[in-house]
Amino acid sequence: MVSMSIPEASVWPDAAANPTSGASHVIIEALSKRYAGQPVDALRNINLGIRRGDIFGIIGRSGAGKSTLIRCLNRLEEPTGGRIVIDGTDISALTARQLVEWRRSTGMIFQHFNLLSAKTVRQNIELPLKVAGVPAAARARKVDELLALVGLEAWQHAWPAQLSGGQKQRVGIARALVHDPELLLCDEATSALDPETTRAILALLKKINQQRHITIVLITHEMDVVHDLCHNVAVIDQGEIIERGPVWQVYSDPQQETTRQLLNPNHHALPASVATRLTAYRQHHQSRLLVRLRYTGQGSKPDIGALGARITGEITLIYSAIEWVDNKPTGQLLLLLDDHYEAQSVTTQLANIADKLEVLGYVTGD
Amino acid sequence: MSPAINRLWAALWDTLMMVGVSSALALALGLPMAVILVVSGRGDLFPSPLLNRGLGWVVNLFRSIPFLILMVALIPFTRWIVGTTYGVWAAVVPLTLAATPFFARIAEVSLREVDKGLTEAAQAMGFHRWHIIWHVLLPEARPGIVSGFTITLVTMINASAMAGAIGAGGLGDLAYRYGYQRFDMQVMVTVIVVLVVLVTLLQWCGDRLSRRLNHR
Repeated sequence: MVSMSIPEASVWPDAAANPTSGASHVIIEALSKRYAGQPVDALRNINLGIRRGDIFGIIGRSGAGKSTLIRCLNRLEEPTGGRIVIDGTDISALTARQLVEWRRSTGMIFQHFNLLSAKTVRQNIELPLKVAGVPAAARARKVDELLALVGLEAWQHAWPAQLSGGQKQRVGIARALVHDPELLLCDEATSALDPETTRAILALLKKINQQRHITIVLITHEMDVVHDLCHNVAVIDQGEIIERGPVWQVYSDPQQETTRQLLNPNHHALPASVATRLTAYRQHHQSRLLVRLRYTGQGSKPDIGALGARITGEITLIYSAIEWVDNKPTGQLLLLLDDHYEAQSVTTQLANIADKLEVLGYVTGD
Repeated sequence: MSPAINRLWAALWDTLMMVGVSSALALALGLPMAVILVVSGRGDLFPSPLLNRGLGWVVNLFRSIPFLILMVALIPFTRWIVGTTYGVWAAVVPLTLAATPFFARIAEVSLREVDKGLTEAAQAMGFHRWHIIWHVLLPEARPGIVSGFTITLVTMINASAMAGAIGAGGLGDLAYRYGYQRFDMQVMVTVIVVLVVLVTLLQWCGDRLSRRLNHR
């Protein structure tokens, strides 16, 4: 049996680092889930806090448990242990009838949209209001407002089968917002869409987050989605949260190998031609030092001019990947320095030029 | 009009009555049965293993008895229900009992084909379980249910011809008495032509309606 009293720090690891964020919205404590007949837990001791107004991403490989996790948040999956408190309501304590009512305060969108093929766009959006007993006039107003929000007024009488993937997801989003939820769950919402459509949908989600102050929890296996949209991220692997924090931090300075692979499979790869000539010690007087400058959003800027002012001679750029996340530079530069630089002294010569400096070794020959 | 033509019209009317009434009853009874068979399954909306197995067993029982034997076996029951074992209304009883489980199984397949994701989405949006049956399962399965009902109608036209053999009247009875017992080829051929036209027409209408309802 898992203890129910969880130290605050396990839910809010970033409390100190993130003092400006809003009040807690979703608290997950010691959540576990095991499917009947399965030998291992699908989720193990998950502790997460999500603040109001946040866009919180949960990323992991397929089979990592992210889908189970998000489906526990509105009890499409019944957890086998732990507690989920949303807006002060312990949702595992709700009766079946209360759960139906409660779910109306939460929207959800899906990878495959899950629109009703026998209903038009308008009817699809209207139906949740209809079953909730909302009068026709109020329904019509709400549907018109949401059609405008997602930009599908012209398509309101079309059948879902006539729409493109992006349009279908817009209907899904409009439908998810009919009850003015404060929490929107996105289950791989862009995974069935092409990159351009994905960007448009992400922009729409961002707009909804900003204009309507809706907390968004999304799961994805695409790092780009987290990068473009989320403020905070948790990495899930084999049913456990292995890493979490603000996106810029996790993105720029991943602590776990799984995170690194998810972020960018080539993140740490040296070009093969360089890697084969790399040695720990100087082999030749013309061997050149290979350094990696890391930018992790902690204040350093990739200032090429400053770099040139600090060191002299030839500086060969081998690889560079700088991304601006939350207006903070993250990424790395791989540089081959002039042959007179030595591993022992270069760290002082290049002190504070980047957030992190790694000396990888010497590269000999061309 | 000649007596032969009159006989044909009367027989056609009898057949349409038998098939129409028994199929309508099969629709009214079989569709709820199909819904129960689907939603009472394990892990579904209204899980009830006992009801699921019991109903499944009854459906299989009636489906496994050949219609001719079912008809004869039901004679006491038919007499108790309609007070006679002869004529159109007597035939409606066994036809309905054959058509209902037949249609229930076909409708069940259509209902099962509805994407589970739709049920899940509806749950996530705060639908009660009966909302899901009424607003999701039935409308989404409607094209398949219409096709299944067309199949049921055509099958019942076949079965009604057999019912004709034990005195129910209808086209089967006409073909049997005049065509088979009196070797009247003209009656036989006419009945066949009428049946072909009837079945073709029904199938065409059913297909059209199903297509109209299908927006997938």
